[in-house]
Amino acid sequence: MADFFHQNLSYFLSGISVGGQYALIAIGYTMVYGILRLINFAHGDVFMCAGLMMVYFSSSLPFAISIPAVLLLTLLLGFVIERVAYKPLRSAPRMSVMISAIGVSYLLQNAALYFTGGLAKVYPEIPFLSRSVQIWGATTRVVTLVTPVLTVVLVVLLTLLIKHTKIGMAMRAVSRDFETSQLMGIKINRVISMTFMLGSILAAVASLLYFTNYASVTPTSGAMPGLKAFVAAVFGGIGSIPGAVIGAFIIGICENIIKGGASIFGIPGSGWTTFSDAFTFAFLIIVLIVRPTGLFGEKSVDKV
Amino acid sequence: MRKTVLSLVIAIVACAMVFAGGSSESDSTVVKIGVFEPASGDNGAGGKQETLGIQYANSLTPTVMIGDTEYTVELVLADNESSNDRAASAAATLVNAGASVVLGSYGSGVSIAGSDTFRVAGVPAIGITCTNPQVTEGNSHYFRICYLDPFQGTVLANYAYNELGARKVYCLAKLGDDYSGGLVNYFVEQFTSLGGEVVSETFPDGNSDFTSYIANAKNSGCEVFFSPVSTEAAQLIINQSDSQGLGMPILAGDTWDSNVILQAALGKNADITVTTFYPEGADPEFDAAFKEWVNADSTRLANNGGDDTISAVTAMGYDAYYFALQAIQNAGSTDPADIMDALWTTEIDGVTGHIALDDVNGDAIRNTVYVKHANTTTGGWDALPAVVVD
Amino acid sequence: MDREKRNHYIRLFSAIAAVYIIITILEFTLRPTSIVFTVLRKGAIYSLVAVSMNLLNGFTGLFSLGQAGFMLLGAYTYAIFTMPVSVKQSERVYRYYECIVPFDTGVFIGLIAAGLVAAFFAFLIGLPVLRLKSDYLAIATLGFAEIIRAIFQWDVLGPLTNGANLLREFKDLSRITIPFTDIPFPPTLFVFIVVGICVLLIVLLINSSYGRAFKAIRDDETAAEAMGINLFRHKELSFVISSFFAGVSGALLAMFQYTVQAQQFRTVLTYEILLIVVIGGIGSISGSCIASFLYIALSEWWLRGLDMGTFLGIEAPDLFRSGFRRLVFSVIIMVIVLFFSRGIMGDKELSYERFKSGVRRLMPGRRSR
Repeated sequence: MADFFHQNLSYFLSGISVGGQYALIAIGYTMVYGILRLINFAHGDVFMCAGLMMVYFSSSLPFAISIPAVLLLTLLLGFVIERVAYKPLRSAPRMSVMISAIGVSYLLQNAALYFTGGLAKVYPEIPFLSRSVQIWGATTRVVTLVTPVLTVVLVVLLTLLIKHTKIGMAMRAVSRDFETSQLMGIKINRVISMTFMLGSILAAVASLLYFTNYASVTPTSGAMPGLKAFVAAVFGGIGSIPGAVIGAFIIGICENIIKGGASIFGIPGSGWTTFSDAFTFAFLIIVLIVRPTGLFGEKSVDKV
Repeated sequence: MRKTVLSLVIAIVACAMVFAGGSSESDSTVVKIGVFEPASGDNGAGGKQETLGIQYANSLTPTVMIGDTEYTVELVLADNESSNDRAASAAATLVNAGASVVLGSYGSGVSIAGSDTFRVAGVPAIGITCTNPQVTEGNSHYFRICYLDPFQGTVLANYAYNELGARKVYCLAKLGDDYSGGLVNYFVEQFTSLGGEVVSETFPDGNSDFTSYIANAKNSGCEVFFSPVSTEAAQLIINQSDSQGLGMPILAGDTWDSNVILQAALGKNADITVTTFYPEGADPEFDAAFKEWVNADSTRLANNGGDDTISAVTAMGYDAYYFALQAIQNAGSTDPADIMDALWTTEIDGVTGHIALDDVNGDAIRNTVYVKHANTTTGGWDALPAVVVD
Repeated sequence: MDREKRNHYIRLFSAIAAVYIIITILEFTLRPTSIVFTVLRKGAIYSLVAVSMNLLNGFTGLFSLGQAGFMLLGAYTYAIFTMPVSVKQSERVYRYYECIVPFDTGVFIGLIAAGLVAAFFAFLIGLPVLRLKSDYLAIATLGFAEIIRAIFQWDVLGPLTNGANLLREFKDLSRITIPFTDIPFPPTLFVFIVVGICVLLIVLLINSSYGRAFKAIRDDETAAEAMGINLFRHKELSFVISSFFAGVSGALLAMFQYTVQAQQFRTVLTYEILLIVVIGGIGSISGSCIASFLYIALSEWWLRGLDMGTFLGIEAPDLFRSGFRRLVFSVIIMVIVLFFSRGIMGDKELSYERFKSGVRRLMPGRRSR
């Protein structure tokens, strides 16, 4: 067993690190869904925008300034998107809001396409994170090891925030019952903005980690990680933060095992790798059919 | 009320644009050359460099003599976005703009996908660096001025087997990409016939995590990493192979002959060898003049990848332009059908060598492959001996 | 009342006949390479798939995002069915695989097969998936579309699908002929005829008792069930029929662009169609059609200048460079989504009466509201 892990350590390391990055994105999806019942399709693109901002800022500013600036601006971006694209539609049918999310996603991607001229941008090397290290015979980057730790720390902080602060309590109340909490005097708009900002800043952290590993940003860079993070959120039971995190780690690890399938299981050339993305969805569908509310999701009751 | 406003606005905009769209008056002494190249997507960087070569040539020779009349050459650019499904509509744009002949594209897939649009419209197209045989095979309207993948793949396989002494090679292609898939296929054919062994894998569109593929190459005991993929994926592969300690030479085809690769490899632990159409320095006069032209304008410099390295595709684009002009001159007309007939027998001496086409598919008759090695300390290419096949 | 209805039908049929006559005239007068034809063909094809999606999302209230997957099935089925055996056996298309399909068929069988295969897969997928609710259904169908795409790119199926490589040289729009002759059929007219028949079938379905059951399910599932409507059966029926037409439109798309490749049928394509449905108005057939033509005309024709340096006579190569068209386009979409969230038609249909009242409202000289 230990031998097996040792031999395939690099796959697991990649899996855990990418899983952690998906987890940070997935939290944004799951929190927004919990409160607004909205699949925020633009979230993956917010993540991509954070990556692009870093590329542009770091070319002229030192990391000590550019990293906080990216976090701050991404937070602002999340806030603006919510105010401009979702708030006006609060009383519209849910489909309209979802379409608006698709529209924002389209807009962000096309804006990125225009401003980058359609070329991949090389992500800067953040000195500490990009260093190569050797652990147990596998070579990897510091960021690979930092990611899971940072993810867990951030999730714990977030849970504390939701459990023990006033705004956290408000969030829980809103996600439980939108209308009643409004009647109880909770400022819905403030809570929603806060949710979007939290989600966005986590996405910005994820982009720092993700692009340090996979150092190229294109307008569509956010699409796949976004979709996978979303699947992770559904898998874990949408609305549940621990569920999303666990789902993300499972997806990250499985994905890398499939890519390495030929080597891990010694079955060469059956086109395993074709399914590295599709697998995520197959997995999702099975979960949905067996347990429609996901691992930790709450049962919902139809009201007539 | 809102809806009425909306429909009114739409109607006005529609009318305005129909007139705007229809106002392309055709001048009688203008000949239009379509440039069918990607400016965005996977192959955007290469497409832009190829386009630069064409634009540079056009800036030097903006007119062509047809009979006794001097015609102005107008370049019509359409971005095929490196995507096979956008290729048909970009091709239709060029055809509709009245292009007499089309140049491009960088990337074999988009060339094949756009091909039928040109066929139906009867417009000849000249492939510049699309190396997949299927581009020109079985049709009479697509021509090509570069060598083909069966040739390049064989050369690369021989190189891996003989020069690098490899017996087991890891091949990585992009799923659904005609260029990398085709080249890997011919490489594998030749390499196995030499007695070598290959491990062949593909990665899906939009993938940016290559660490597991790199681990696969290491774990399966391969000695060379062959990945003739787009420059976009190449950046990631180089970067991740460095951090994962790949520890074997990387071999690639003509797409990797780009300063994108040089920039990615600079200061990294990477041993990269590529085959290409033109080595910088082969024609010092062309090199110097082109560098001056590129440095004179910041947009050009940006399109060339930020520095003035000359990519082989730029030189090929330059040659393709003159090849097209020669064909137009030989045809003595701007009619696409006449140019198509004339192309079969057109010959020129370009900076990348003598260009003449065979009479089967209209492919260039070429027998030289240049080999380059990336220098990770200077960030330039070191030329290795060229391979000439008789 | 009866007379009004008769007038309504007369107007309807003459309007439709006028469209076909105009198309035929255009075919014989304009240059065949004109961009007008690109817009008309692609617009018609998108109309069909938008209407099929509308049947599902707008009339049955099933939020499905699997359209791209069913188009893929249709496109591949058509391409594989109609590719001549001589091409299949040669190296021209199936270069790395030996094609195992020993027959080829005509255009019509190909189109119907395309629909049937898509419908069959929809039937299978629908069995588990249609039990899910709203968003979960959307995600599951989206996931299935992605899985279908991966399966078609799998090299083990290469002898059937040519792996992940392009399929071409099947009976595309440049290769269709008038039956039993060698005279080429006007391609745009062909697309319009096929799309017209399909849309007509969908309209008939919506106006039948099944259609009323669909709408009942959309408006209130529980109430519909209480009225004795078999929820699952009707959902499945709507899903299968919608997929049938998505399959046909996929086949038409393949014919239109001469080549087909699994890679193109990404989630983005589904989003695009969803946007068209919303812009046209959820629950309006004519809205979907109008929106498709507008959408295609904008993206393929009217806004092209934004990418190519000159727009409306203004020359600004630095501003109007590659990608600007899509940026402007997405801003337009956002404006429509935010300020006209009911779309062009809402859930109404285009009719002479509405047209008349619309014109009257726009007439000058009337008092403003």
